[in-house]
Amino acid sequence: MTSLLVLAALPWLGAIAMATVPAAARRIAAWLAGAVALAALALVLAAAPAVFGGEVLRFSVPWLPALGLDFGLRLDGLAWLFALLITGIGALVVLYAAWYLDPADPAPRFFTFLLLFMGAMLGVVLADNLILLVLFWELTSLSSFLLIGYWHQREDARQGARMALTITGAGGLCLLAGALLIGHIAGSTKLDVVLAAGDVIRAHPMYETALVLVLLGAFTKSAQFPFHFWLPHAMAAPTPVSAYLHSATMVKAGVFLLARLYPALGSSEPWFWIVSLVGLATLLVGAYTAIFQHDLKGLLAYSTISHLGLITLLFGLDEPLAVVAGVFHIINHATFKAGLFMSAGIIDHECGTRDMRRINGLLKYMPFTATLGMTAAAAMAGVPLLNGFLSKEMFFAETVAKEAHGAMQWLLPAGATLAGIFSVAYSLRFVHDVFFNGEPVNLPKKPHEAPFFMVLPVGLLVMLCLAVGLVPALTAGPLLGVAAQAALHGAPGAPLPEYTLAIWHGLNLPLLMSGVATAGGVALYFGLQRFINLHRVVRLPGWVSTGGRDIFMALQTGTVHAAQALTASLETGTLQRYLSLLVVVALAAGAWPFFGTGPATPMAPVRLDEAPFGVVVVALIGLAATVGTVLAYRRRLLAVVLVGAVGLAVCLAFVWFSAPDLALTQLLVEMATVVLLMLALRWLPASSPVEPARWTPWLHAGLALAAGLGVAALTWLLLSRPSASISDFFLANTLPLGGGSNAVNVIIVDFRAFDTLGEIAVFGIAALVMHALLANFDPQRVLPAGAEDDKHPLMLQLASRLVLPFAVLISLYMLLRGHNQPGGGFIAGLVLAITLLLVQVAHGHDWTTPRAGNDYRGWVGWGLLIAGATGVASWLLGSPFLTSTYDYPWLPGVGGVPLASAAAFDLGVYLVVVGGTMVMLQSIARLSKGSGGPR
Amino acid sequence: MLLLLTLSIGTLTAGGVWLLLRARSFDAILGLTLLSYAVNLFLFATGRPRVDAEPILTPGVAATLANTTDPLPQALVLTAIVIAFAMTALLLAIALRARAETGSDHVDSKEPQ
Amino acid sequence: MNGPALDTLLATHGPVLPVVLPLLAGALLLLLESARSQALQRWVPWVSATATFALLALAALLLRQASGGEVQAYLVGNWPAPFGISLALDRLGALMVLLTAAVACTALVYALGGMAARGLHFHALFQFQLMGLNGAFLTADLFNLFVFFEVLLAASYGLLLHGRGAGQRQRLQAAVHYVTFNLAGSSLFLIALGLLYGVTGTLNMADLAHKLPVLPPGDVRLAQVAALLLLTVFAVKAALLPLYFWLPDTYAAASAPVGALFAIMTKVGVYAVLRVTTLVFGAEVAAPFLSLLALATLALAAVGALAATRLRGLVAYLVVASAGTLLLAAGLGSEGTLAAGLFYLINSTLVAAAWFLLADRIAAARGGSDLLQPRPLGGGWALPGAAFFVAAVAVAGVPPLAGFMGKALLLQAAGPLPMGPWVVAGVLASSLAVMVALARAGSVIFWKSAQVGAAAPDASPAHATALAGVLAAVLALAAAAGPISAYTGAAAGQLLQRQGYIDAVLGARPAPAAWDVRKEMRERGDAK
Repeated sequence: MTSLLVLAALPWLGAIAMATVPAAARRIAAWLAGAVALAALALVLAAAPAVFGGEVLRFSVPWLPALGLDFGLRLDGLAWLFALLITGIGALVVLYAAWYLDPADPAPRFFTFLLLFMGAMLGVVLADNLILLVLFWELTSLSSFLLIGYWHQREDARQGARMALTITGAGGLCLLAGALLIGHIAGSTKLDVVLAAGDVIRAHPMYETALVLVLLGAFTKSAQFPFHFWLPHAMAAPTPVSAYLHSATMVKAGVFLLARLYPALGSSEPWFWIVSLVGLATLLVGAYTAIFQHDLKGLLAYSTISHLGLITLLFGLDEPLAVVAGVFHIINHATFKAGLFMSAGIIDHECGTRDMRRINGLLKYMPFTATLGMTAAAAMAGVPLLNGFLSKEMFFAETVAKEAHGAMQWLLPAGATLAGIFSVAYSLRFVHDVFFNGEPVNLPKKPHEAPFFMVLPVGLLVMLCLAVGLVPALTAGPLLGVAAQAALHGAPGAPLPEYTLAIWHGLNLPLLMSGVATAGGVALYFGLQRFINLHRVVRLPGWVSTGGRDIFMALQTGTVHAAQALTASLETGTLQRYLSLLVVVALAAGAWPFFGTGPATPMAPVRLDEAPFGVVVVALIGLAATVGTVLAYRRRLLAVVLVGAVGLAVCLAFVWFSAPDLALTQLLVEMATVVLLMLALRWLPASSPVEPARWTPWLHAGLALAAGLGVAALTWLLLSRPSASISDFFLANTLPLGGGSNAVNVIIVDFRAFDTLGEIAVFGIAALVMHALLANFDPQRVLPAGAEDDKHPLMLQLASRLVLPFAVLISLYMLLRGHNQPGGGFIAGLVLAITLLLVQVAHGHDWTTPRAGNDYRGWVGWGLLIAGATGVASWLLGSPFLTSTYDYPWLPGVGGVPLASAAAFDLGVYLVVVGGTMVMLQSIARLSKGSGGPR
Repeated sequence: MLLLLTLSIGTLTAGGVWLLLRARSFDAILGLTLLSYAVNLFLFATGRPRVDAEPILTPGVAATLANTTDPLPQALVLTAIVIAFAMTALLLAIALRARAETGSDHVDSKEPQ
Repeated sequence: MNGPALDTLLATHGPVLPVVLPLLAGALLLLLESARSQALQRWVPWVSATATFALLALAALLLRQASGGEVQAYLVGNWPAPFGISLALDRLGALMVLLTAAVACTALVYALGGMAARGLHFHALFQFQLMGLNGAFLTADLFNLFVFFEVLLAASYGLLLHGRGAGQRQRLQAAVHYVTFNLAGSSLFLIALGLLYGVTGTLNMADLAHKLPVLPPGDVRLAQVAALLLLTVFAVKAALLPLYFWLPDTYAAASAPVGALFAIMTKVGVYAVLRVTTLVFGAEVAAPFLSLLALATLALAAVGALAATRLRGLVAYLVVASAGTLLLAAGLGSEGTLAAGLFYLINSTLVAAAWFLLADRIAAARGGSDLLQPRPLGGGWALPGAAFFVAAVAVAGVPPLAGFMGKALLLQAAGPLPMGPWVVAGVLASSLAVMVALARAGSVIFWKSAQVGAAAPDASPAHATALAGVLAAVLALAAAAGPISAYTGAAAGQLLQRQGYIDAVLGARPAPAAWDVRKEMRERGDAK
């Protein structure tokens, strides 16, 4: 059935087309929207024969199988009824809105949102899959958010829109959880499966959970107590929206869901108690509150709430006949309430206000509208010969017929009658206040009849009310039949309970209840008018109506404030705290495994094997220097010197522990670091002030000690167990396959050359960033420049000039021999860079720049290119990236020279290191135009 | 002797962490430098360092872990040293510029009040 | 390059290409950018764009290659694992590389709208960042992972600081925090690695996975310490409570295209967590902390979003929230949650990128202010409003976009687990909070603010193109949810079938060299 797809897609396509309509073209927009609505209506009607013939039309394409979500549409009696309401009333609303909207309002935007909503709503009723239903369900919330906020200049519109979105959106999320749970229980979210699995679902231990989750969705959407308060606030929307969403369609989605899932979730104790009690409460609260509204739309909104409660209560009664009555009242309420909202809109439109304390005696100003409005109100009140009367009779009958234990037995009929009294009262107030009750009170504009096309939709709807009210069996009968059948059984075939649609059922209890309600309502209204003049009621008696809203508001603001407080307390923007947290987490991570159960971790006994005197001395110096740094860190120059001493100690440790490459690298890096720190100190305070913090230093000290102990413990644990290293491979192959006798260097340039590639990349990037950061930056601009003491000790100058050529030679030598003896690209590069730096420090920037040139970025670029290209070159030999290939000429004096890819790679490393180091040092050194030296 | 190594690593870590947690960028940088010494020594220690066993092959000596120290950790440390240096330099530049722009060398770029 | 040649190249060298391409491009760009002649510098944007889009094409081809389900191992330097460094391309790796390339293209196009020119070496750093990311996603060696982490971090430092004029202060302040924090993390990384090597004697992930189970009992706890320390480091990258506090300020300070690129940065941490928990250590090493902390992260991120007073801040919290969701999926560790997580990862990354760009456009249209207070909005709000709506729906995880599907998949998979109810409650509540926060932000920006005619001064077609492109991708993701979820599902399955990865890496044999010079050397007796 692709026509189903067309039906579902039409509004969306319309919305997309609408986006192209210019804001001024109001007529075109209206025509387009109307055409879409009518076309959809035609499609619905075209499907009528099949549906009334008991068929269920289907369309399905897979979408997200992993989620059990297919784009499946399903048109049965219930869906058809709602599709009819959505498209039919939709068409009327479009016609109405075309005349209602002010020229200032951008019509295309309005109709875009309206069509979006129509599409979402159709999706909800046509969905063949609970997930898909939820999907469209949330879309109705989103599109109604846009519609309510249409007049976005108004605070109440924005607030109402957000409130509606929050409440219904939250309900939708609950519904999602419920749908997933049902899918988990029933094994599928496809409607047919779910509706057939009622017994399984009801028997499942999670049934109550699923039920509550689904009901939360339904109740929030259908504005059931205590979630009802969003609906009156949604009245900030343009009246066509209220007529469409808040009478006929969106708020009906909740009761639609009750009807839809009745076969799966209904007929159980929890269902009866929850649904009927919530329905009853809503029925009474809504009706009671409606009496005291001064805003015309407010009255209608609360009356809608109470009627939705009535429908909910009917489904809650959990009797086949009650379900039939519920479906019937859905039809009736949609017709008369849409008509009422439209006439309210007309009145607002023509009088410029909706305040019933001012719009009085409109009968003689707008007789047509008045007649129609009064008829619709009568239907709302349940006056005989109108459709409202019929479903209300059925409702009364059901409340009487229901056999519930205990208080419910009399509570139901009593509540129903009371609600009847209220509804008569507020309907009466609507009629009396607006159309009679004297003269209008200083209206903004002179009221008169509205344009014909604005009244026409109201007329049609009121006609329907009459038609159904007079000859129900002929008009609504068949429709009610198929819809109720689908709601009751979810699958065609099963029979409906016996019922007759007639105006006269003879003298019976329901009729008596109606009488009581009518009489009581009249008495109540005029009594109230007489004794506590309704027009004077400012704040509504009783918390029931506003309580929910107040709680919501309190929650909303409270949440935001709490959120801000919590976030502020967590994100203090203090690095020290963040770092402390990191240390804490690391300590916890390190300690955790030793608290769990599991095999013990043996540790060798600490043996104080004697170390050579020199080693002990070096170690002690290192330790002393470390402690010294920690103690003297405030005096930064001293601290730098001490750090340098520590570095040298580490370097000696490497020498001692047979790691010559490390020792050399450490030594050179140490020099570079110290020089950098010195240069930087020129632009930083010479000492660290004492911070105001009181106890945090102690915390930090504790953390530091714990960290030190932890790492020391780990070290000792490692040192006290045998190594399981894979390194024999390296040693065994470094010469035969790696072609070098210095295993470390062969690893660097061959076995793990890829690491080295990344490493020089880091090196180059760091240099680049420093350049980008400091190149166009002149600290003198912002900082008081230190005294430009440009002193270049002569000895140093001479020395450096003498050293330079040798340094170049040494560095080349290092580069070449690296494969067999300590050395290699890094060390060689650092040697050269350090010397160049020495020269620069000695002679100052101005002397060096012209000679050495001051832009070494190119070196980095070429180095990376060469290293990378070397790697790629090996592809040509059919081997992977960075495969080294050798030849091995013998240079006298140097030794075997790896004249091959590894050498090329090492050359790349060399260039990057020289270039990078120079860029780094210069970007800081050039800050002080004269000497780069420290103060 | 290994005990000395362990002791030094512990001390360096403690000192590094302490300085890292100071409020001034320069002190934190010194801390990171100490910390990197500690980390490098630790990495180095995972090779169970020994005396007089350079991982440089000499003819006639079997090339196995029995005769030389583990070369792999040394290679890793070599990489680590260089990366640490680059990063220290980078952070130094940032700290310097941040102090110039914000007028404070506090790690949060604003003087505590 | 013609078809067959390309296929052979991909088949033989595929896994290393995503690293080599940006490396060479970056080096070349560096040379061009530092060239003195204007003529050369004029080439920079073209080279950069070509390289990035070539990377996108390459990534797509690699994904096609990986979708077959075979793990492609690559022995760099032709040394057998575990001795050399191996790369491995599996479904997850290919997905991450493709996602990176997609985000990169978006960010680059946007940056070409003017951002890239405000500072030095944007393009070179951008390529190096991509090199680091791809390397991290493809390497099978833990120390090599560390190196690539450093590459991408170093580049990210530069990119974070990129830009001049407005926001320089915030960028510097953020950089001090970001860099220091990450350097501390790097030290921790090295300690964990050293410990792991000291116990197992190897660094290759496959080899570790192979050796850890047969560890002498006395060493088991040390290995656990190493594992937890590693996860701590990754948690820093992935923004897990309580280590994410650095993120909001940093991301809020970054310029728009950089923020968009950073959308992938937290995912690196998530990726690393996924990789080591599934391949090396097993999920139980992290359970139950990971899922609990992730849930808490999600909750606090939602709180932060509600509390946000600036749009960029709000966006930063959206990033944290998505990280929390992903880590939750990773922590729960079932095949279903992993599949859901990977699906959600795609959406959250793209939409986060979109948000950074959108926030920048909105701020520009409001005279540079992204404070969530009424400000006159330039140039009408029809288009930005629509973009905001789509992006909000996609990121909040409400229907009908892929964010919703990802979360629904996660809930479906997590529901039956012991933590199920908490997961469901947490995820849905956070969705609601984010939705409310975005509704508030949107109503202030678009509804509560007067509209003025003038459009943003720096508006450029590149901006619109980038934004439209990434939003289109977000929509397409929802439309093509079926096949994509099939892929992520397969990827999750492959992750849990770790033996395939191990065999591929440890079983890879070196290619026979074209000619064996080493043989000649040996014949010449070249000890001397």
